[in-house]
Amino acid sequence: MDLFEYQAKDLFAAHGVPVLPGRVASSVVEAEAAAAELGGTVVVKAQVKTGGRGKAGGVKLAATPAEAAEKAGAILGMDIKGHAVARVLVTAASEIVEEYYFSFLLDRTSRTFLAMASVEGGVDIEEVAASKPEALAKVPVDPLEGVDAAKAREIVVAAGFPAEVTDAAAAAVVALWDAFVGEDATLVEVNPLVRDGAGAVIALDGKMTLDSNAAFRHPEHAELADTGAADPLEAKARARDLNYVKLDGQVGVIGNGAGLVMSTLDVVAYAGERHGGVTPANFLDIGGGANAQVMADGLDVILGDPDVVAVFVNVFGGITACDQVATGIVQALELLGDAAGKPLVVRLDGNNVAEGRAILAAAAHPLVTMADTMDGGADTAARLAAKGA
Amino acid sequence: MAILVNKDSRVVVQGMTGSEGRRHTQRMLDAGTRIVAGVNPAKAGQTVDFDGASVPVFASVAEAMAATGADVSVVFVPPKAAKGAVIEAIDAGIGLTVIITEGIPVHDTAAFWAHACATGNRTRVVGPNCPGVISPGQSNAGITPADITGLGPIGLVSKSGTLTYQMMYELRDIGFSTCVGIGGDPIVGTTHIDALAAFEADPDTAGIVMIGEIGGDAEERAADYIRDHVAKPVVGYVAGFTAPEGKTMGHAGAIVSGSAGTATAKKDALEAAGVTVGKTPSETADHMRTIINNQR
Repeated sequence: MDLFEYQAKDLFAAHGVPVLPGRVASSVVEAEAAAAELGGTVVVKAQVKTGGRGKAGGVKLAATPAEAAEKAGAILGMDIKGHAVARVLVTAASEIVEEYYFSFLLDRTSRTFLAMASVEGGVDIEEVAASKPEALAKVPVDPLEGVDAAKAREIVVAAGFPAEVTDAAAAAVVALWDAFVGEDATLVEVNPLVRDGAGAVIALDGKMTLDSNAAFRHPEHAELADTGAADPLEAKARARDLNYVKLDGQVGVIGNGAGLVMSTLDVVAYAGERHGGVTPANFLDIGGGANAQVMADGLDVILGDPDVVAVFVNVFGGITACDQVATGIVQALELLGDAAGKPLVVRLDGNNVAEGRAILAAAAHPLVTMADTMDGGADTAARLAAKGA
Repeated sequence: MAILVNKDSRVVVQGMTGSEGRRHTQRMLDAGTRIVAGVNPAKAGQTVDFDGASVPVFASVAEAMAATGADVSVVFVPPKAAKGAVIEAIDAGIGLTVIITEGIPVHDTAAFWAHACATGNRTRVVGPNCPGVISPGQSNAGITPADITGLGPIGLVSKSGTLTYQMMYELRDIGFSTCVGIGGDPIVGTTHIDALAAFEADPDTAGIVMIGEIGGDAEERAADYIRDHVAKPVVGYVAGFTAPEGKTMGHAGAIVSGSAGTATAKKDALEAAGVTVGKTPSETADHMRTIINNQR
């Protein structure tokens, strides 16, 4: 789960990372009150989970509360790279002497953690990595040893931070590591980490990605979920614990196992090339060991998508039993009745396949077509979607 | 011969007394696997009765190994306790631990992987979040359905469980030496490269199917390895050509970010290394079938 800047900074502060005081506001009135409470010049910052806010005009200085209200009015509701701005962070302005870059992340290639630091902060770090790779220090971090004061020093020295900020920067790095581990993050990123006029090192921005697998250790993280942003179908699927991603095509896809579903999307898209250019409408993985209820829930979500013209159910039963899948399909169609109304192509193989096919054959539902293979099923579903579109 | 597990493998199940562990232990037994022990400190000294076998429960992996000669552990322990279970298996010095558990926090996986490395990698780690390792007709350390196909000359390595099953099914007329599900998490113990190296050295494997998916650069690195180190024919498949950028497709690792991790980049890298890449699972299977038939 990616966090908003204000959420990341709250977690930073809880772990002792120096941040400036700020208030989150979702209206002009709230922004004005926040500016008045903070006093002095403030910065009004769009809260969106994407980069390039400054360039898009989503970050503005305001000298007075009235000006903060005006800037918030301009920023709230903005569209930044497809992200609508619902909140702004009003934060104290600081005198920036130097800007640095810092992050901890999961390094999949070396299967460990990595610290990245640079004195070229405040700009797109991918650009720095591409054009001036020597300016970006990458220091592996052993998960068992972690980052103490000495390791933090090693990192900031490797990045060439000026001697006079080494201590303050190292202290910030230790605190960031504490946040990274303590919150089960897969990324903490600060760009820029700044030195202010008084020589203090402050996290002026904050990005954080939390590991959803670690939710059992952090019940409080549930409150950080951005429920407002989800597509309504994605929200419906999430409420039923389904692994669903909305796409923009016409063929609904349901399968078991992430790899098989991704593969099914591809096979449907290839079939679509022969049938009017139809493409997949979604990714939906009902997972291993899915029962009839999960299948019925999945179908309900897919059939509720107005973009879906035809549906392809592609299940290879490993643990999942095909008779359960078939029962789920029959139940869902009974429950939905006339609301179903869209053709279903079903391919079943693997565990209890004979029973599964027998259940569908006995039900003989007029909307259901059986397919013998994954390729054949995708082709039929694409053809039906092209015909109905 | 096969790789990683064979008819002589003696398997201890960590988490055997839980509902998942019990169910899959029965399935592993049905597939001919020699299950010699279970581990649960609270139930040490008991035995668990399965259809066709009675399996003793020990307090620790070390005790199970000492008493039964177990050399492979399969882990069904829930996410909260998985890190401790894997570290226990590593500290006991078992040769192979296969972690089926899904949903382990990546900080925990990073920690037990670092521990495996710090102890000289004497324990090979497969997974987590994987279907395990099956050498059809010999041994099944994990949850792969054993009845899809039998023994044959193809080696298979894949991140994805159900795609593994699909590919086994597509090539059921030929059969497999071993199928290794390495798992879809951001950090996994055994990689595509490790499995490729083992298949290359295995006299019973004549050709290798490698299944990848979007995210990370494991397939690109495997391509480099194949070019330099693998003489046996390799056929590849990559899932996720039509996956949009920035959307996680089920596996924690399956996400295209920017130009990195796309299926096209992986396909190009594999083809540049001389790997034939199929557009679909069935086309991939056809490529491998042609190769095997030409060898005969």
